[in-house]
Amino acid sequence: MRTVLDFLGRTQSRKRFSGVDLLTYGYLTLGTIIMFGPILWLILSSFKSQDQLVKFPPTLLPYQQVTATVPGYDQPLDLYTVTLDDGSTKQMAQVARVGIDVQMVDPANPGTIVKVNINQRQPVQSVIFSLDNYTRGIAAFDFGTYLRNSVAVTLFATLLTLLVNSMAAFGLSKYRFAGRNAIFLTIVSTLMIPLPVILIPVFLVITQVGWNNNLLGVIVPASATPTGVFLLRQYMLTIPDELLDSARIDGASEWRIYWQIILPLATPALAVLAIFSVMWRWNDFLWPLIVLSHKELFTLPIALNSFQGQFNTQWDLVLAMTVLTLLPITIVFAFLQRFITTGIATTGLK
Amino acid sequence: MLPNLLIFGIFILLPMVLNFYYAFTGGIKLFPQDRPFVGGQNFQTLFTCSNFLNPNTCSQDIFWRAIGNTLSYVILEVGGSILMALITALALNRNIRARGFFRSGFFYPVLLSPVVIGLIWQWILQRDGVLNSIVVALGGSRLPFLLNTDWARAWVILVSIWAQMGFYTLILLAGLQAIPSELYEAGDIDGTSPWTSFRCITLPLLVPTLLIVTVLTVIRAVQVFDQPFVLTGGGPGTATTYIVQYIYSTGFDPTTPQYGLAAAASMVLAAALLILTLGQLRLGRANDM
Repeated sequence: MRTVLDFLGRTQSRKRFSGVDLLTYGYLTLGTIIMFGPILWLILSSFKSQDQLVKFPPTLLPYQQVTATVPGYDQPLDLYTVTLDDGSTKQMAQVARVGIDVQMVDPANPGTIVKVNINQRQPVQSVIFSLDNYTRGIAAFDFGTYLRNSVAVTLFATLLTLLVNSMAAFGLSKYRFAGRNAIFLTIVSTLMIPLPVILIPVFLVITQVGWNNNLLGVIVPASATPTGVFLLRQYMLTIPDELLDSARIDGASEWRIYWQIILPLATPALAVLAIFSVMWRWNDFLWPLIVLSHKELFTLPIALNSFQGQFNTQWDLVLAMTVLTLLPITIVFAFLQRFITTGIATTGLK
Repeated sequence: MLPNLLIFGIFILLPMVLNFYYAFTGGIKLFPQDRPFVGGQNFQTLFTCSNFLNPNTCSQDIFWRAIGNTLSYVILEVGGSILMALITALALNRNIRARGFFRSGFFYPVLLSPVVIGLIWQWILQRDGVLNSIVVALGGSRLPFLLNTDWARAWVILVSIWAQMGFYTLILLAGLQAIPSELYEAGDIDGTSPWTSFRCITLPLLVPTLLIVTVLTVIRAVQVFDQPFVLTGGGPGTATTYIVQYIYSTGFDPTTPQYGLAAAASMVLAAALLILTLGQLRLGRANDM
């Protein structure tokens, strides 16, 4: 109990390694295992063959039956460790199975066939990370096309989001005009109106504009996000007006002020919005599910969902394609993790 | 300014108005001019229940089941997420090594697509999955993790917490780090116990951050859809069907899309969100005084 209480306190400079530290590291290590374990398990499983996948209890690593080419037989034969009647063990290849008996042959002496009970033999297996699931998966799952669609949606949606929201935030923070507050309040109040609330009318608008089954229908609607306007406006309010006034005296146009003064100064807020936008768009599911019904336009999440619906019993293919789908964002995160985590943490303060 | 207002107006404001129109019209036609006015009939359909506590007596029983499911999901998921995120943030805020590594470790699932998350956990929780092999190894017998109503609901919540707590941990950690360390030093000099310093320094100063996190988790939890949709498909039966899935499957049924009914249901969702958010903001304001 004492250590639990100490945990709640915050110790800045503790010289010795105490019980509380042990508790802290223990918790964090366990937590990290719980966070990464399922993903590691997915990756290990994705290298297993179909009959390995249905085995219970499952093995940790992907094993494969070892085969041997025996003279006199066209096909490679499966190797087994056979316990002979005299108690000795020997590696032999299986020729045929008849009921509960199997005919085995010693690869070194292919002439004589030995008959043993199936309980007397154990398969010889070795750890093999086979890419077989991946190559067969790719044949049925057009990863390249879906990746391209996902990247295009994420990239263009994020650029559009940054552009239109920064313009709105510039107007709402640096100009005085009638109705400015009304507009800002209207935008902010829609923070609570998420897409599912207006699903059907937005679908109608998309259909009217002709963006049904068009990536534009996925990119444009959510780009004027109230979160973005709010985030950027609050940041731009901290940029001193005097800076803009002196630029005006020097003869800078309003567009130039926006492009060359406001945008560079608002980079930290823009970066945070960019992180959010990439996260939202890359993982977006409900809206693309409604807008896109042509397979060649699918983004990765939609494609993976329809793939698993189509091959729901074929875990070998589904697992491999799931790994491919989580790969791009994982690579990005591996390089930018410090930037992403600190970026998000700073918005929490506002 | 203008492009934003244009997109905002066309894709947010106009749909908000149109949603009312849909809610009061019927038929299976999408275009407004083809839709007959039906008055409050859609709401009447939703709210026809001889006993509101028993969904079986309702004409739209799935709607009421979905509301019940969403309610219990919101309470448990929000509570669990905030509790786990707070514990993790407190641990990360201690004077520890490799803070960046642990912080990133807890955050990583936040970046994964709900479809990926749903599939990973479906693979782990299936009948012959790795979790059941652990249960068997410990001497138990296989548990119906995704096939039993209570288990499935519990796992949908646990997986959501797993997937999202890293985000809230980051925000809470930032809130903790903004608390001036002088306060703790002063507490140390006065001989304050860790529990007292947590109760009298950390918690009160963390309230604004906790409030933000609560608003974010609630808004997000009320619209839960994608991750359970992939993990359980809303089942077994309707055990993990939530309100957004009801709206989606009613409004986008391939044969008879009931746009009006779905729009009416989404207005109920909007009303719930409005009440919840305003309530929380009021709570926050009361706290400031």
